Amino acid sequence: MAEKTFTVPIGPIHPALKEIESFILTVDGERVVNVELDLGYSHRGLEYIVTHRCNPIQAIYIAERICGICSTSHPYAYVQSMEHAAGITPPERAEIIRAIIGELERIHSHILWAGVAAHEIGFDTLLHWTWKIRENVLDVLEAITGNRINYAMFTIGGVRRDIDEKGIRQIRSSLQFYREVFDTFVATFIEDTTVKMRTRDVGILTREEAEKQVAVGPTARGSGVPKDVRYDKPYSAYADLDIYPIVPDEFTHEETKGDVYDRIVVRIFEVLQSVHILEDLCDLLESTPGPITYQQNLVVVLNQLKRAVGEGIGRHEAPRGEVFHYSMLNKREQPVVWKVRAPTYNNYASWIPMMKGTQIADIPIVIASIDPCLSCADRMTVVDERTGKSRVMTLQEMREMGWRKTKEIKRRVA
Amino acid sequence: MRKKRAGMGEAPYKKDNETFTYDGKKVTAYPAEKLFDMIKEDFGEDVEGEVKTFTAGVKKKKEYKEIWLKVKRERFHELVEWMSKIQVPHLAVASGRDAGEEIELIYHFSLFYGIRDSEVSLCVKVSLPKEDPVIDTITDILPGALITEREKQEMLGVKVKNIPDPRRVFTSDELPEGYYPWRNDNDPEVEKELVRDLSKEGL
Repeated sequence: MAEKTFTVPIGPIHPALKEIESFILTVDGERVVNVELDLGYSHRGLEYIVTHRCNPIQAIYIAERICGICSTSHPYAYVQSMEHAAGITPPERAEIIRAIIGELERIHSHILWAGVAAHEIGFDTLLHWTWKIRENVLDVLEAITGNRINYAMFTIGGVRRDIDEKGIRQIRSSLQFYREVFDTFVATFIEDTTVKMRTRDVGILTREEAEKQVAVGPTARGSGVPKDVRYDKPYSAYADLDIYPIVPDEFTHEETKGDVYDRIVVRIFEVLQSVHILEDLCDLLESTPGPITYQQNLVVVLNQLKRAVGEGIGRHEAPRGEVFHYSMLNKREQPVVWKVRAPTYNNYASWIPMMKGTQIADIPIVIASIDPCLSCADRMTVVDERTGKSRVMTLQEMREMGWRKTKEIKRRVA
Repeated sequence: MRKKRAGMGEAPYKKDNETFTYDGKKVTAYPAEKLFDMIKEDFGEDVEGEVKTFTAGVKKKKEYKEIWLKVKRERFHELVEWMSKIQVPHLAVASGRDAGEEIELIYHFSLFYGIRDSEVSLCVKVSLPKEDPVIDTITDILPGALITEREKQEMLGVKVKNIPDPRRVFTSDELPEGYYPWRNDNDPEVEKELVRDLSKEGL
């Protein structure tokens, strides 16, 4: 290693990440030369718990609590994998309700992310505004499911609650709200000169890298890979809709660079896409009466699952990318195998090419740009290799470096 | 920057997708059955499997297909290479289980992503005997497979040959050597120390 480089560990505890993990950065002056990831600080062994202690119905509740933000994505993939393993087909109305909850969740998750991204580059006004408009969809979710998050809507073979006419009306009025604010959202976020200057050419992930690092979701789409499970392999009610993956050049009319800005564009327009999808799903729900589960008696369902032999995979396009579950049943109370793959698991690896060559001040926004489903750490230690001295640098300090950079750019623009 | 129905309707970049070449021919995507036959032709006795079909949709029914394969471990790397000639395969994850005398790994690939309704999932099973659980790395083809390979090493005690980074990912350094959480044949004494049933301790 060259004499002039420093080693900068970020984490394991760091509030910019929502969970715990650690980055060890080697820096040369302001530039990042090398990145090493240290993961597993919040490994909870949920797969072990389910395969040793839980029956397939109890596992839904565990699946729901894998992630606090996308708390529908994991049950969605989990129930699909179980239904494939046991050969259960959910009724049509349930398939539509599942997709509706999934899309409502995407709206709130992307808006939440937009606020976090705004905070990381020092736009706190935008953070408060985006989180204010996010409340609208959370109110709708609370009205139709009873909870702002952890909706507990999914069950093997269907959903647990129906959406009545009043619920559909509430969803429609919320969609009207998002249509109205969307122009402001675009104007204040992606058409803003400072945001663009601050995020353009930062944290680049090329299309080839994205494919080889098996990136998923907006991280892959931001690099121009048109990959979206709802389009590639439609499941549930998504098969009725003509969805195509959002890639940035369609909206920026510039060449896709795969930088932070491109990923922002993808997420913002996916909010609008979800609004369109929900409009179609509401129409579909109104014209599809019927039961919401294939079997209301859970004891019957459990007995069927206990006797079943088989394996299945479940895939759902969550806000952060594809969620993948594999389950295997073999005449046992508990599932024999359960493998959960969250989107961030695949996107970890794309941080390394993104961070190489960026400035330390850009690290918070680059970390945030893949929307990691991990918590970030509040503290990092800067080790001076030449003197052997180390000092602790808080995330706040690092953020302030980022904010100073934004202010500088603002001054230059003015 | 405005678009009336963003992300809905015909994809604007359809022509992008017609660039896959295989055997000198230009193709968009092979149907799953054709892909399965092609694999059968090239790998013969070393693969066995089936094509599963599922139906999705409410008013417009659409089918999607999954190929479930079992391949001999000597030819597993070759199969991934074979796939990468068609398109950079997407690896969702590798799952695995302790199947008594053997360890069974399942690599969940998919091909033809980025084309409407054409993606084919390939679940490739590889059985490794417990006395010699060695498998070739695929990080030379897909660098993104590193984390899942490292996870299989620590959770199932599989040895991945030529892995660029053999360290643990998720388990802590305190976990004793030779204890693999996903195996069923762990020493019960070691397990007793590591696993606490809090409900029995009154917590």
